[in-house]
Amino acid sequence: MVDSGANVATRTLPLSGVHGGSSVVRLEAAAPAERINLRVRAEDVAALSAALGVDLPVKPKTSSSGNGRTALWIGPDEWLVFGDVRTGLVASAAKSGALHSATDVSHRNTAILVSGPGSAAAINTGCPQDLSLDAFPIGACSRTLFGKVEIVLLRTAEDAFRVEVWRSFSDYAFGLLSEGARDAAL
Amino acid sequence: MLLIHCPYCEEDRSELEFRWAGEAHIARPENISAISDEEFAEFFFLRNNEKGLTYERWRHIHGCGRFFNAARDTISDKFLMTYKAGLPKQPVPASGEGETR
Repeated sequence: MVDSGANVATRTLPLSGVHGGSSVVRLEAAAPAERINLRVRAEDVAALSAALGVDLPVKPKTSSSGNGRTALWIGPDEWLVFGDVRTGLVASAAKSGALHSATDVSHRNTAILVSGPGSAAAINTGCPQDLSLDAFPIGACSRTLFGKVEIVLLRTAEDAFRVEVWRSFSDYAFGLLSEGARDAAL
Repeated sequence: MLLIHCPYCEEDRSELEFRWAGEAHIARPENISAISDEEFAEFFFLRNNEKGLTYERWRHIHGCGRFFNAARDTISDKFLMTYKAGLPKQPVPASGEGETR
């Protein structure tokens, strides 16, 4: 029984409405996305790439995009694939007919978009990776640590990153990024 | 901070991303139900704990998630080399070679 909108429960997203940053870094919550954690053997990568419409990268620390989806190399047989909500990533993967494991982690993760000239400095507040353009070019991605929490980091532009973080850790990650943004402006 | 070379990521990464996972190259007995208690204790509990060159398993737990093997000097804490899991015990490169951190 659905009547007026006043009685309809709405999902509260982690970090919904938050924003922050400093004069050199902009922090905002990413739009909701559908995500899967994908495990595939080397011989079935081509079949899954065709089924998902995005080439699963096989080189460490690289990502690829296509068909409105982005695939990040996490490990030798592990990828994080995300795209727009309700496009059926698990169903697409199932159409491959190849042996794989696709776990829907859409609501396990949330993402923070970090942009601006100080974004690498802000992330390096808690992340030990070399984020220079030589070592971490546009499109590079890696699972790593940010302070005390694990993140998946993707460089989307020269001065823009996407930080995928577990939802229960997102307040912590956003808080530390905010501090990093302030420090980057000093 | 130590930098450890992950053979799967093919890159040096911070020690923070790694976890130690015990001595390497310990083979599980094929007939584990037939061995004596002493042999089982030897396999299960007893480790060499060598001073100097030691072979260990490490896991890139906050990176690619893979286990790999490392040769490490327990006196200097230097990683002499790392190699993929499943490979036989690798000889350590001559001194002066390899990773010197």
